Amino acid sequence: MSVKYIIKDAAMADGSHADLLVADGRIMETGASLSAAGATILDADGLLALPGMVDLHTHLREPGREDAETVETGTRAAALGGFTAVHAMANSMPVADTAGVVEQVFSLGRRAGWVEVRPVGAVTVGLAGERLAELGAMADSRAQVRVFSDDGLCVHDPVLMRRALEYVKAFDGVVAQHAQEPRLTAGAQMNEGAVSAVLGLTGWPAVAEESIIARDVLLAQHVGSRLHVCHVSTAGSVEIIRWAKGRGINVTAEVTPHHLLLTDDLVHSWNPVYKVNPPLRTAEDVTALREALADGTIDIVGTDHAPHPSEHKECEWAQAAMGMTGLETALSVVQHSMIETGLMNWADFARVTSSRAAEIGRVGGQGRPLAAGEPANITLVDPAARWTVAPDKMATKGRNSPFAGLELPGAVQATFFRGHPTVLDGMLNTPHPSAVEDSAWM
Amino acid sequence: MKHLLSTTDLSRGDAILILDTAEEMAAVGEREVKKLPALRGRTVVNLFFEDSTRTRISFEAAAKRLSADVINFAAKGSSVSKGESLKDTAQTLEAMSADAVVIRHWASGAPARLASSDWIDAAVINAGDGTHEHPTQALLDAFTLRRHWAALAGTSPGGSDLRGMSVAIVGDVLHSRVARSNLWLLKTLGADVTLVAPPTLLPVGVDSWPCRVNYNLDEVLQSGPDAVMMLRLQGERMNAAFFPSTREYSRRWGFDDARLATLDAAGGRSTVIMHPGPMNRGLEISSAAADSPRSTILAQVRNGVSVRMAVLYLLLSGDSSGEPGRIPTPILQENPA
Ligand SMILES: [Zn+2]
Repeated sequence: MSVKYIIKDAAMADGSHADLLVADGRIMETGASLSAAGATILDADGLLALPGMVDLHTHLREPGREDAETVETGTRAAALGGFTAVHAMANSMPVADTAGVVEQVFSLGRRAGWVEVRPVGAVTVGLAGERLAELGAMADSRAQVRVFSDDGLCVHDPVLMRRALEYVKAFDGVVAQHAQEPRLTAGAQMNEGAVSAVLGLTGWPAVAEESIIARDVLLAQHVGSRLHVCHVSTAGSVEIIRWAKGRGINVTAEVTPHHLLLTDDLVHSWNPVYKVNPPLRTAEDVTALREALADGTIDIVGTDHAPHPSEHKECEWAQAAMGMTGLETALSVVQHSMIETGLMNWADFARVTSSRAAEIGRVGGQGRPLAAGEPANITLVDPAARWTVAPDKMATKGRNSPFAGLELPGAVQATFFRGHPTVLDGMLNTPHPSAVEDSAWM
Repeated sequence: MKHLLSTTDLSRGDAILILDTAEEMAAVGEREVKKLPALRGRTVVNLFFEDSTRTRISFEAAAKRLSADVINFAAKGSSVSKGESLKDTAQTLEAMSADAVVIRHWASGAPARLASSDWIDAAVINAGDGTHEHPTQALLDAFTLRRHWAALAGTSPGGSDLRGMSVAIVGDVLHSRVARSNLWLLKTLGADVTLVAPPTLLPVGVDSWPCRVNYNLDEVLQSGPDAVMMLRLQGERMNAAFFPSTREYSRRWGFDDARLATLDAAGGRSTVIMHPGPMNRGLEISSAAADSPRSTILAQVRNGVSVRMAVLYLLLSGDSSGEPGRIPTPILQENPA
């Protein structure tokens, strides 16, 4: 006998209200005043029902850096943040550049059971930028990889990038580029501009990102391939992507929550929690990124959740690791910077955090409308809640949240992953029951 | 003022208090017994993550003249380079009850990081951090300039600033902590600053700085600056495409014999030539210029001790609220043991 849930009187992204009957991993029925024998009732009055969030850019650190994060802790954080699927970036140790490693990560995700874990495959062997990894083997593996990225490093060799873009067409893959010209960013510590000039930190020029994006959209056009641009951070990048989309080039783009809110002025504090790749930019860049996300030039929000052990941040700026946690704050930061500013509504939110991300990653069963017959991946949000970010209380192992101490709107009340509540009353519930059936090594 | 991290944090009042206190310290330096008991029983740690014998010696002399105990901790080549963190080092110094930590570090912001952490309670004095700041160098330069400016006006330097003075800072501004600290302090004290450098050695963002920028040294010298501060050219810049060759750099931006002769021929103005040391003679400055009567280079070294005494004194003998007190006059009369 299956477990049934009725989510009562939730507001939908379009502003309507409905009950949702969830059973057997699916939304069985939507409508007013639903009832079903034996169903658990969830009073969703005042809550918003959104499609489960899908992150195209998560660093789960396992295998290799389990001191920073594991698939278990990272996916707990994801569920609490309202996600039902995350893409695990390939820069683990060993690098996810073979079918074996991506299948291991996939299995760890299945066994954890908090969200769907979609491994990202490395574009080049060992992220070394020298020769293509076995992209086809990863695509054909049990992990069914569709997103390929050397994230953390740029595929800077133009010939290799061209070949990768061409090759992944064979299995409808996409290359997600970390756009950073390496020679222009040697030793770079922060955005190059007025603040870096005063602080005497080696600058990270916007052109190092923009020149790679310009090259890559032209390559994508030339070979007729699909390109995804990770963590766009500058106003100039936005202009190039807008131009490329205007020419019909098949490019999609992502922005992180932190680049929608924070600026390089924070580096005056010398606190390495603000050290990130790409770096925090200026207020003009933040404005351009918000507008681009609202008008669709930037397709999605990707967290670039990058947990680090505290000793990697408790040091001099120059010594500190780059990266910030983001899974448990993404919804609130996007609500704060996009919805409360009037730039987007909740239907837009569902697009940029769920449906469009699932389309780019080719994740079937995620990012679907909340309608009868669809998989029950659902996030219930209290948009009126306000909370103060406390990294010590997070499920991620990383304590490196740049939003620590900030009061933000919106709280995830419940997350349904394939019909099962992984989060209830804002707290972790249980993993999906199918998790126990999966061995990590099969 | 609990720490001295940057000259951007110094108000005009703070800066003049330090310079005036340094004048009093200089007077002590001219006495037969050069020692004051002011910091007896206090511990000053020189924590150097980067070699700089001259800066360390200057701080050491300053602390000893104030009767402080001095511990030199050369973090380079010690456990630190084997992976002991700044945090662990700081906590060690805290356990040793350091009252002040004079820190030199290759990483910009390391002193500020130390001061804002809860790893240590001591006063932190930035003795040069990466390409960020070197505030005591700027203070000793300002001290030197103020004496020069006052002598020209026939007044005493006490209480005065640098209003009306024009200063050219010449060389690798991009990588210079000396240039940054000087610019902010000189502006606070009312001087007019022109930066002279190859465009490759100026930071992106320099257009928002409160100064003029000129690529042409001769043009700036013709305008008759009151002081010309030459910056050291670091060896590692020479092969990184910042300029074609050291000879070309020297011809365009070095203070060579020809420029010295032009300055002398123009007569009138008593332009001084400064350099924070150590010099690359024949590269950014010629020997004739460095050794000419216009050069303040040795005076800068001498003044460095007085200025560092003033900083240590004001940071360590202020009341617990962190407000620096006026230097109590009796202390200068007291006969040290
Ligand atoms: Zn990246």
